[in-house]
Amino acid sequence: MEAADHLGFIVAAYAAAAAVVLALIAWVALDYHAQRRALADLERRGFSRRSEPMRSAPAMEQAKEGA
Amino acid sequence: MAIVDLANPSRFLNLANRALPWFGGAVVLAFAFGLNQVAAVPDVYQQGATVKIMFLHVPGAWLGMLGWAVMTVAALGTLVWRHPLADVTAKAAAPIGAAFTLMCLVTGSLWGRPMWGTYWVWDARLTSVLVLFLLYLGVIAVWRTVEDPSRAARAAAILTIVGALDLPIIKFSVDWWNTLHQPASVLRGGGPTVHPTFLMPLLIMASAFTLLFAALLLAAMRNEILRRRVRTLRLLQASAVT
Repeated sequence: MEAADHLGFIVAAYAAAAAVVLALIAWVALDYHAQRRALADLERRGFSRRSEPMRSAPAMEQAKEGA
Repeated sequence: MAIVDLANPSRFLNLANRALPWFGGAVVLAFAFGLNQVAAVPDVYQQGATVKIMFLHVPGAWLGMLGWAVMTVAALGTLVWRHPLADVTAKAAAPIGAAFTLMCLVTGSLWGRPMWGTYWVWDARLTSVLVLFLLYLGVIAVWRTVEDPSRAARAAAILTIVGALDLPIIKFSVDWWNTLHQPASVLRGGGPTVHPTFLMPLLIMASAFTLLFAALLLAAMRNEILRRRVRTLRLLQASAVT
């Protein structure tokens, strides 16, 4: 049985596997950057984690004044 | 660092940030070595060169099942122990497991057409793997439709534990029913029946894909922890405004 007989199926299988792997890597990388951007945006507005109350308190006051 | 320290999301993030570059390097090296081995594999007298598809199909099948097994342990962590990272793990693993199951189905079809004369047949092995893929989609849908993460985690955990019944069905389907799919040839009592010429590249490729799975899971868990921080801060922002 010649390799060329089924070359199309082999290439298609490796292309499909590569597409799945690349899609997973892209999904993880894009999601990471989106979450980092969202966190940076919130921190720029003064909202940070509860473990850092000093930074979040003024932002809450500003938000109340702005409302 | 004790293993229980990883229950703390901040410590887990630090570990993930340190480990991911090493995982990335290991994945690249493992695939370079594995694909080099696969390229040197000779044709088989019955399958010809299509045997090369097995080095994708089999790891895809194993990792599709491993993904659900990881989710099942995480589901128990959510329902029984309420471990802080349990539902993070379950949510992060679902799309990755689904992708590997899809890879298994697609590459299997592409092997089946020249070897069996058909892309698909409703035999027990193929159908039970398709059910696994649909279960993955169901869990992903639960995570996306239930807004409260803790309620979504419980619903997804119950579905995951019920869905785990499919794992032994997949594994033993080729023994319990008369299937077109061949019986187990690697993970079986009495040892593998695959010739070492093909077994070694298969195990190397399976290791490479498993490393990739672990790296993706670690990265997706890191993303999920960050997403929950964003959600918490947005709630804080909203409560400050109202």
